[in-house]
Amino acid sequence: MSCRQVVKRASYKSKIKDPGTPGVLTMTENKFVFRPNDPSSAAKFDVEFKHITGHKNTKEGTDKPPWLNLSDKDRSYIFEFGSFHDLHVCRDFVGNALAKSGEAAKASSAAKTTSEKSGVTLPDEQLSTAEMQLRMKLLQEDSELQKLHMQFVISGVLTESEFWATRKKLLDGDSRTKSKQRVGFRSSMILDTKPMTDGRMNKVTFNLTPEIKYQIFALKPAVHQAFLTLVPSKMTEKDFWTKYFRAEYLHSTRNAIAAAAEAAEDEELAIFLKEDAILASEARRKIRRVDPTLDMEADQGDDYTHLPDHGIFRDGSKDVTELQNELYRRTLSQDLNRQGAVVLQGRTVDVDLEDPRTVAEALMQSRQESDESAEQERLDRITRMTEIEDLQEHHDHPVAQLCIKDPRDYFDMQQVNALKTLDDSRTGTEQKKCSLTTEEAYGSLREAISKIKSIGLKNSTVAPEIAITVLNGLTQNISSTKYQLGKNPQDSVLDSLPNKTKEELLHHWMSIQELLRHFWSSYPITTTYLSTKVGRLKDAMSQIYRQLEEIKQSDFRHQVSLLVRPMHQALDAAFQHFDADLQKRAARSGGETPNGNS
Amino acid sequence: MKFQVEDVTVYFPYDHIYPEQYAYMLELKRALDAKGHCLLEMPTGTGKTIALLSLITSYTLSKPQNPVKLIYCTRTVHEMEKTLAELKVLHNYQVKHLGPQAQILAVGLSSRKNLCVNPTVLAAENRDSVDAACRKLTASWVRALAAENPNVPTCEFFEQYEKAGSGAVLPPGVYTLQDLRAYGKQRGWCPYFLARHMVQFSNVVVYSYQYMLDPKVAGIISKEMQKESVVVFDEAHNIDNVCIEALSVSVRRQTLEGARRNLSKMQHEIERFKATDADRLRKEYNRLVEGLAQGGNLPLTDTWLQNPALPEDILKEAVPGNIRKADHFVHVLRRLVQYLEGRLETENVEKEGPVGFVASISTHAGIDQKTLKFCYDRLHSLMMTLEITDTDEFLHIQTICDFATLVGTYTRGFSIIIEPFDERMPHIPDPVLQLSCHDASLAIKPVFDRFQSVVITSGTLSPIDLYPRLLNFHPVVSRSFTMSLTRDCICPMVLTRGSDQLPVSTKFDMRSDLGVVRNYGRLLLEMVSVVPDGVVCFFVSYSYMDGIVNSWNENGILKEIMQHKLVFIETQDVVETTLALDNYRKACDCGRGAVFLSVARGKVAEGIDFDRHYGRLVIMFGIPFQYTLSKILLARLEYLRDTFQIKEGDFLTFDALRQAAQCVGRVIRSKADYGMMIFADKRYSRHDKRSKLPGWILSHLRDAHLNLSTDMALHIAREFLRKMAQPYDKAGSVSGRKTLLSQEDLEKMGESIADEMLR
Repeated sequence: MSCRQVVKRASYKSKIKDPGTPGVLTMTENKFVFRPNDPSSAAKFDVEFKHITGHKNTKEGTDKPPWLNLSDKDRSYIFEFGSFHDLHVCRDFVGNALAKSGEAAKASSAAKTTSEKSGVTLPDEQLSTAEMQLRMKLLQEDSELQKLHMQFVISGVLTESEFWATRKKLLDGDSRTKSKQRVGFRSSMILDTKPMTDGRMNKVTFNLTPEIKYQIFALKPAVHQAFLTLVPSKMTEKDFWTKYFRAEYLHSTRNAIAAAAEAAEDEELAIFLKEDAILASEARRKIRRVDPTLDMEADQGDDYTHLPDHGIFRDGSKDVTELQNELYRRTLSQDLNRQGAVVLQGRTVDVDLEDPRTVAEALMQSRQESDESAEQERLDRITRMTEIEDLQEHHDHPVAQLCIKDPRDYFDMQQVNALKTLDDSRTGTEQKKCSLTTEEAYGSLREAISKIKSIGLKNSTVAPEIAITVLNGLTQNISSTKYQLGKNPQDSVLDSLPNKTKEELLHHWMSIQELLRHFWSSYPITTTYLSTKVGRLKDAMSQIYRQLEEIKQSDFRHQVSLLVRPMHQALDAAFQHFDADLQKRAARSGGETPNGNS
Repeated sequence: MKFQVEDVTVYFPYDHIYPEQYAYMLELKRALDAKGHCLLEMPTGTGKTIALLSLITSYTLSKPQNPVKLIYCTRTVHEMEKTLAELKVLHNYQVKHLGPQAQILAVGLSSRKNLCVNPTVLAAENRDSVDAACRKLTASWVRALAAENPNVPTCEFFEQYEKAGSGAVLPPGVYTLQDLRAYGKQRGWCPYFLARHMVQFSNVVVYSYQYMLDPKVAGIISKEMQKESVVVFDEAHNIDNVCIEALSVSVRRQTLEGARRNLSKMQHEIERFKATDADRLRKEYNRLVEGLAQGGNLPLTDTWLQNPALPEDILKEAVPGNIRKADHFVHVLRRLVQYLEGRLETENVEKEGPVGFVASISTHAGIDQKTLKFCYDRLHSLMMTLEITDTDEFLHIQTICDFATLVGTYTRGFSIIIEPFDERMPHIPDPVLQLSCHDASLAIKPVFDRFQSVVITSGTLSPIDLYPRLLNFHPVVSRSFTMSLTRDCICPMVLTRGSDQLPVSTKFDMRSDLGVVRNYGRLLLEMVSVVPDGVVCFFVSYSYMDGIVNSWNENGILKEIMQHKLVFIETQDVVETTLALDNYRKACDCGRGAVFLSVARGKVAEGIDFDRHYGRLVIMFGIPFQYTLSKILLARLEYLRDTFQIKEGDFLTFDALRQAAQCVGRVIRSKADYGMMIFADKRYSRHDKRSKLPGWILSHLRDAHLNLSTDMALHIAREFLRKMAQPYDKAGSVSGRKTLLSQEDLEKMGESIADEMLR
């Protein structure tokens, strides 16, 4: 819509493992064309979007290259792009095109041409591309909305702008982004800054994205602090990062001596190489709040064998470390533990990641908001932990007892089964003769008692077959829909319907809501535009009305009619109003002079 | 619930009890009746601690005419906290059902570092500097000085406590360290000295092993405990090592340098006193002539670590004349330090017995055995006289004197080993002179002699007949309990091959093999993708763990693991490890799931529980053998062979497997809990190794699970987890063997049947 065509360089793969054929991918509104660079290659094709059934793409930040996968019924087209930006452009385009081709397919089946539609769209405003994209995106995200859009806008009942006019809130950008779930850190983020070497040149490459910068700040408070003090007053941001990665590289070579030597020369570099003092002080603060049942630090304060030089010094169980240059030694385990802590803390900053300066400042602010002491919670946890759970009764039972005391509970539960049997075999509809006179009942009881007296209680008094018939009969009868229908607040009638009917009903309900909203908002009718609109709406509504009638003819007459009734009522009211209004206007226009001044 | 164990009415804070808990109480009660020692092995996850606490407190309640005091020793402070928390539950229950007569006083005791509430003292880094900082404020001479000069700082908490005098008592109740601190802060009393004071009045004392076993500490803390006490060593599978450590001293170059500094400082002080207060030195001399080094009862705050030798071995006689004078003593110490320096300058490993070493000191430095023996007490007296409060500065000379006293006192069970460098890093010279104790029975002997009942209990004491030999005592009861299970809630497996069907092992020649490293990595990777919540791994050593994690990082396995769970690692830094554990628990709590990588003989394996969702799977990578080339270990093995006829190989396997069992046993806490254990080494499939595992693990180790590869183990894990997710009958009443008893059940069957059930 915004741009009618996208041309990108990409390589085509028939399979994931395939090395790929480089070429040019051209996407237009209804098809995409791939031309390989090597004209002799067989991998050229021209596919229309209407055959495409789905598209997938790799995510940014994973280790996979930017791939877009378009699949139709029997094959898939995989394109590898040069960058994620290209991929995103193409993906959005494909999304639009697919939505459109889907709409077009529907539209053609409804035998409505777009020309007709364009004829009706009278007060169409010019839309910015951003607006349009937002709308497309909303439709893609919300399938119900898409369905409605398809049904009414494409079929011409409503115009584009009318449709969106009632959804201003959705289009309001801010409210949408805020409600979004915050994405946490990935568990393997420290590996993001792994150096990459290409074998030939003596050069090491580090990748740096705004996301990674943020991660570094979160992981290493010292670097964060240094950034705030040094940039931009003392050095540029670029220099800062170069220096940082130089330090990282020194770490990755695991050459503590070299690191120490470098640090001695360059005091800024030393900041990155040295142990993080902020972390250390934070650790001291945190250790006071640690669960005492795992506080191993307390042991050190207690254990008298940890007196220096007491106990056995070198028995092989203790490991040896070289103590030299300890200051510049940072181990993988420390990094891993730190990462775990940061991941658990989660994202504390909610700002645009593009500018590292704002990120750094926001992060500093969030650090200062220190959490309150969780002393009580800690104590509670200890008492919870000390109790042996299965030696005592449970404090609260999360599940209901499986003991039926009230027969009504049983029959309520059996309702679904009863319905099913009704559905499976229509025999259930014939009511059994279940009314006995008192005499009859008394007689049969006496008979049974005398039988027991004569035979004893060896066999069951009632034949199993009879018992099961009675039980089934009762179950079906008592929990039959007639008795239960709409009287049981826990069990919705809708749920008892088969899925297809249910969905149909829900869809109709939604459509009616949409149409009625438009219908009522059109009154009073002041312009001809409104009157045509009302006419269109009325036609659409009466069509749905008829469809509802049809559904009512189905097997579940009782239930369905119960649900359809309010819809019909609402529609009836609308029709009535429409007719009355029409008559009024007709009378008025008939009574008044044709020049129309009222 | 309330029930009878023979003639004792036991109050148990839960509605049900496991049959093995009942049987455990029964055995324990018989041991108490017989006033003898006992050895009880009961699987982890069967509520050992609460059974023990309930029985002993109830025993005291039922026999009010001669109440027994319970001294409960734990290995770590966090276990102490856990025990006190359980005791609190029990105490609340007993008070609720019996009223005020059931009230007891229970305190946990730890060092100043863990109990102090004075902010200026607490600012100090480690225990020794906290101790010193406390002394600087509370020593008797400092306080005397402060009485005259108000500018001398003192500790307000201690002053308040002193002022309260005999009124400063704890009301009955159960006090964890946290509670003690809170109470101290509230009343303005020093919690440390309050707790120290209350130890003799309390019914239950919980503290760490060292307070009972290490003569240096036991001399001040446990001196006044009455004979009618029950001493319990919980998680005692490593008790022999604690005993040995308590009597071992090592001397390094740094120690000797420090000692020299200390000596010159002391010399300096002596000169100063000579000039200003010569009378004081003369007084000390006279005291020494009269008798003991220890001048009677010292004020509470002046007490210091005691003589490192065991109480009965300390000579009760006058200090020899040649070291009575302060100058002379300092000279003797100088000669000793010089001699030791000379011995450290060796190029070969030397091993010597104490007798030979003392003879050599006598010829080269002219110090005889008796003088050596008195070194520690003499030093102690001198430091008191010189009014030295910064005791943390004088640890080095103290070490030297400890060494001298031990060497002078004992003639067997020890050896002196001098190593010029660590075997594994021969290029770095780091000479160590190690006085190493080989005989665990030495340190624990006074405990067995002094107290009427000593209970040694743990989840892993197999083989149970070895411990009486190692510790040289005769238990009246020695039993190993099995676990009665309603369902197979533990699933041990022996994994011998990786996914490529090649064997895996941490045997020395295989451990650095890339194939093994990769197979171990794949194993963990496959498992984290299947097992929910927490997974714990144990490695044989720090260096091995570091190496393997680094290579997993390089070949990308670590990254894949991290896609499933967060990774935390034990490091040698205790603070960091504690925080990592805390975060690990958080990750398990919030559902993200995590892996904890840890070391089999490390701090975490020693006492952290990974119960419930904190550990659904433990993987033991390799067999945690000790470093067999260690000279100290070799000397100990030799001693064990000669003295107790224990074969070297047997002892090493026993030691390795008790560690392994201890590691994997941490996953289960109760019968409602469940967990898997993977022993990933081909050597576990051999019978001689495997059979050393405790019975409760072996009984669940099916033959089909003895020789698995990664994919088979994965399949079993999936099946097991699915099975555990099903509802089950907790009481086991259907299968006939009840695994959960209620009060009626117990009344109905009487103890004989309960006893029988477990045989």
